[in-house]
Amino acid sequence: MKRPLPLVLLHYAMLVLLALLCLAPIAVIFATSLRQQVQIFGEPLNFLFVPTLENYRAVLQEDKLELYLGNSLFVGIVATLITLVVGCMAAYGLARLRFPGRKTIAYTTLLLRTVPLAVLAIPVFAIWNQWGLINSLWGLVLLYVAVNLPFTIWLLYGFVLQVPAELEEAAAIDGCGPLRVFVLVFLPLMAPGLAAAAIFTFRIAWNEFILALVLTDRHTRTLPVAASLFITDMGVDWGKVMAMGSLIAIPPLIFTFVAARQIIGGLTAGAVKG
Amino acid sequence: MRASRWTVAGYIGPAVLVMAAACLYPVLTAFQLAGFRWDMGTPWSSAVWVGWDNFRAAAGNPQVWQSLWVTLLFAAVCVTAEMLLGIALALALEHPVRGMAVFRTIFILPMMIAPIAVGLAWRYMFDAQFGLINALLGLAGIEPLTWLADPTLAFVAIVVADIWQWTPFVFIMMLAALAGVDGSVLEAARIDGARWWQQILLVKLPMVMHVIAITLMMRLIDAFRVLEVIYVLTFGGPGNSTEILALHIYKTAFIGQQLGVAAAVSVLLLVVVAALSWGALRLSDPLKDSA
Repeated sequence: MKRPLPLVLLHYAMLVLLALLCLAPIAVIFATSLRQQVQIFGEPLNFLFVPTLENYRAVLQEDKLELYLGNSLFVGIVATLITLVVGCMAAYGLARLRFPGRKTIAYTTLLLRTVPLAVLAIPVFAIWNQWGLINSLWGLVLLYVAVNLPFTIWLLYGFVLQVPAELEEAAAIDGCGPLRVFVLVFLPLMAPGLAAAAIFTFRIAWNEFILALVLTDRHTRTLPVAASLFITDMGVDWGKVMAMGSLIAIPPLIFTFVAARQIIGGLTAGAVKG
Repeated sequence: MRASRWTVAGYIGPAVLVMAAACLYPVLTAFQLAGFRWDMGTPWSSAVWVGWDNFRAAAGNPQVWQSLWVTLLFAAVCVTAEMLLGIALALALEHPVRGMAVFRTIFILPMMIAPIAVGLAWRYMFDAQFGLINALLGLAGIEPLTWLADPTLAFVAIVVADIWQWTPFVFIMMLAALAGVDGSVLEAARIDGARWWQQILLVKLPMVMHVIAITLMMRLIDAFRVLEVIYVLTFGGPGNSTEILALHIYKTAFIGQQLGVAAAVSVLLLVVVAALSWGALRLSDPLKDSA
């Protein structure tokens, strides 16, 4: 059924308005990071300013930005890789194997998904102190793997179910060993699920702030923690903090534009069929 | 087919080990810590068992009750607004149009950006002197408001930020659900003379009620978990007007340095979220679909 033109135009007008609302605060982060100090404290409606990289230069030179960037990248990438490998194996096991205790493990995993991170902060702070993991990047990696596994396992679980077991059996009959079946037959079919899981895990590890704040020191802090230090009782160093905010925002922005379909699939997985 | 013990251990062992050590064990430890008097900076061995004292201290602290109230109000207002807005927008815009993929991509950006960056953006925009929001209100002839210095307006600010961040989630979920509604059912309703609002209320919404319920539960659970945006935007102030429970726990532990009392309050938050999660599981059990 064809809709009348005014209706179609109204439809687009609403979509554009919503898109602008979504983009405005993000644009504010980038725009402010490119403003000079004097412009930051005035003329909020002046969008025609001459951009400057002064704030970026300042965080690079004065604030050990490359150290924190390195920490963030290390934690994000390592945590994502481990989560994917361990999570994929667990999802496969839970979906394909039948064993006593399967349901207990499955439901406990589901419940762990919703634990508030503020609740974890205190006991983890105590335990990491005891285990010597405090202020270490590996301590942060271990924690991020643990909090991301429940979601990853359940996301991938859905994907495993969609791969027909007969396919793997057929390959096995044709003389494929278990490892080759897993790598050559199974994994390629899991690619979309793994991509979504990777993005969600990296996003958490890269964006997470409160646990990183509690568990790191000045050598191991990540970008969000470093950014938060520009917020003091004396006020906020807006130029610098927005420069860091922009850097923090860039990877998720890229992922979103590259893999929006997989992300939406991951968001709606479980609740919406199909 | 029963799998051998070693196969099972090989596949799910690593995940179980990591989650047990770094997630389940800390959660159980939170319960244990709640029974001890333990101050920040002192060794764990010097902590003293105090039984229910931390819970009594928490229950006798009006700030805890204030935080609980703020949390409940925040969750109720945000989730209601997000659900109504998200569902309404999805119903208005469900008709497939060219370029929708681009819009959908833009709509998920608010949830993908770091919460700390979201908090910063809104803090800057809500600034009384040089904020974008007061400047826009000024164009409409409205006097500048001291958003983050006024208890009520600061609460409005954290609600606005949350609505901005999460309404798109409801919208996207509802779009996906509405796309799955069987067209022939709607066609039949139309032939039977159902008006547009009857089609929505009596056909479409009932058919996507399951997704609405699950989305509602997911939003509710997350509304009790938020912390970082509010940490940056208001840090609970002015006074305690925006101090949600999660922030109260953080402040008690890492600023007030009373780890035991903070653990007691976190047990309260944990119970609320666990109850909601259990409800969500009853609504949609991923195991039931498969086994």
